[in-house]
Amino acid sequence: MKKQALTILLILCSFKLAAQNSEIHGDFSLNLQSYIEDETINATAADEVVLNNAFLNLIYSSNNFTVGLRYESYLNALLDYDSEFKGNGIPYRYATYSIDGLEITAGNFYEQFGSGLIFRSYEEKGLGIDNAMDGVRLKYRIGKGISLKSFIGKSRTFFTYADGIFRGIDGEVDVNETFGLENQTKYILGGSFISRYEQRSNPKFIIPQNVAAYAGRLNILNGGWNYYGEYAYKINDPINSLQEREMNYASGSAFTNSITYSQRGFGVTAEIHRADNMLLLSERDRIGKAYIMNYIPTLSKPHAYTLLAIYPCATQAMGELGVQLDLFYKFKKGTLLGGKYGTKINLNLSRINALDSIGNSMLHDNIDHTPALLSFDEELYFSDINLEINKKVNKKVKYNAVFAHQKYNKDFLEGKTPGEYGTLSSTIGIIDLSYKIKKGHTIRIETQALFAKEIDSVSKKQEGDWIMALAEYTISPNWFFAIQDMYNYGNEDESKRLHYMNINFGFLKGATRFEIGYGKKREGIFCVGGVCKVVPSSNGLNLSITSSF
Amino acid sequence: MKKSIILLTTLLLSCGITFSQKRNLPNIEVKTLKGNSFNIQDLNNEGNPMVISFWATWCKPCKKELNAIAEVYGEWQNETGVKLIAISIDDTRSMSKVAPYVNSSDWEYDVYLDSNSDLKRAMGVSTVPHTFLINGEGNIVWHHKGYIDGDEEELYEQIEHLVK
Repeated sequence: MKKQALTILLILCSFKLAAQNSEIHGDFSLNLQSYIEDETINATAADEVVLNNAFLNLIYSSNNFTVGLRYESYLNALLDYDSEFKGNGIPYRYATYSIDGLEITAGNFYEQFGSGLIFRSYEEKGLGIDNAMDGVRLKYRIGKGISLKSFIGKSRTFFTYADGIFRGIDGEVDVNETFGLENQTKYILGGSFISRYEQRSNPKFIIPQNVAAYAGRLNILNGGWNYYGEYAYKINDPINSLQEREMNYASGSAFTNSITYSQRGFGVTAEIHRADNMLLLSERDRIGKAYIMNYIPTLSKPHAYTLLAIYPCATQAMGELGVQLDLFYKFKKGTLLGGKYGTKINLNLSRINALDSIGNSMLHDNIDHTPALLSFDEELYFSDINLEINKKVNKKVKYNAVFAHQKYNKDFLEGKTPGEYGTLSSTIGIIDLSYKIKKGHTIRIETQALFAKEIDSVSKKQEGDWIMALAEYTISPNWFFAIQDMYNYGNEDESKRLHYMNINFGFLKGATRFEIGYGKKREGIFCVGGVCKVVPSSNGLNLSITSSF
Repeated sequence: MKKSIILLTTLLLSCGITFSQKRNLPNIEVKTLKGNSFNIQDLNNEGNPMVISFWATWCKPCKKELNAIAEVYGEWQNETGVKLIAISIDDTRSMSKVAPYVNSSDWEYDVYLDSNSDLKRAMGVSTVPHTFLINGEGNIVWHHKGYIDGDEEELYEQIEHLVK
């Protein structure tokens, strides 16, 4: 680690000559959390009393040359992070330069091919995901409208690298630009190929050492219309096992399709996707999100309000079929529904179900199964119907209201025994009201309620109904103060009808933000893009500082 | 660890790099809503200031900020010639909702997609919203993290300060 940092700084020094056009910038984040034991909510105290996650990004650039590094510190990692994040180091450093349409990167980089069905290297701090590649990447723009990307590297897992070596190439052609077409309709074609090498270690079965995956995509745009479609295929990639029935030699596939139309005041998006045995890992035998190298996001709306996201959907890359529809409309100013400032609505519908009762493609001596291509009446995993209304009433009052109905297959999505919890059906209502007191001073009140009902459960162990209230006072541009309480008043178990109270206080100045919070967090599942982590319940004080320069 | 930090600091100081006070836009490509690649260094507003705002369709304060500015954007443009560039960091999950949201909201901004956060990382943005002010020469002169109601007034004061 020390050596790496020194090398980078030496490079920095050698670029002293170019200092006229050079600059250095970056960002910093610190998150300290204390953990106090609280038996009522099942929160444990940490042995260290206080835990810490921090990082600093430094980027130096000069003309066409950039070097960067990230110092990360987990002493020790917060409880909602994987405990493999331990200690200090510089797990991310790179140098990149571009010349004559060619861009070369050595060291760490993030990359995505197409929509990510076969490959996506990215970071999501909130989830503790960082599968940055370490290797070499070339990007090349060949003439008009043709671009190529290729790389070779290993992917990061915590403070080390996974065994698999990835090779990838991706090409994209903007047909209109390349062939000088003056069409109204624009066509963009793309294709990508990925191969993972990992040494064979199974003494009993022959499993592929080089696993390939490829994908093709098409994007057609015309006026307000936009169509995007991508299909991906992966060759057989069985996990190591000495049991024949556990060796799945089936190939995998996935597709995603979306069609969008929008014009002033109106927009609509319809999407469908399907994944079958399409998990691509950086090591064939590993389990866990740190090893996933492709990205199949869940087809449901990412919700920002707490009670809408209490039962979130996780993508089932092994097998799912999902559809989603979004409608955006703005009632114009001066109309009955629009009022003085106009009213915006967003209707969102999504539904995700199993491919069939077996779940995904299977192939070995005892079974050869391929699920139906499109079957919509299979076991439901998740559904969500929600309507959001956003309105400014007058110069002082604004509100946002949401009504939603969700179904959440807890048994399946959380890996429980079928029938243990069944499917949870919940109806949620939210009103979020802002009132401007005077210049710069605003008070915001949020009230949320969730009414739950179980379907097909053998034993009723659900948490039942919830209510939540939040009051926030902000003084622009520097201060905010918030207090909130979540109350599980409808829990079947009376001893679990608990309050989760939180107080937050923050100071903001330019690009720096300080925040202190105290309170209890509910045990739950936190997701971004269909990738989820389990957050343990906790009670304690939190300090966070973020700054950008 | 301590030793290495001291060593690094001395090295950094001793090699005497003098960084320019100016901060430029990075050499990074984003996509337009029409599917074209666009290098962010090619942004240009004929010598007038520009505001770059990082946002996402799932980010409430981001939408609050951009909707609040949308109401006064015409006035801002007439008074200062400012142009607002909205960079969406929505990834594949919500990228297809960007154009419908933008158009249905009547936003007049130039909107770009940064779906694997390349520009976000290059500009040191850790959370959204994050708003940058660019002067007529293309240098970043001011930036701000987060949004609370009324923050757009501070931004406008900064823009006015630039054109005076």
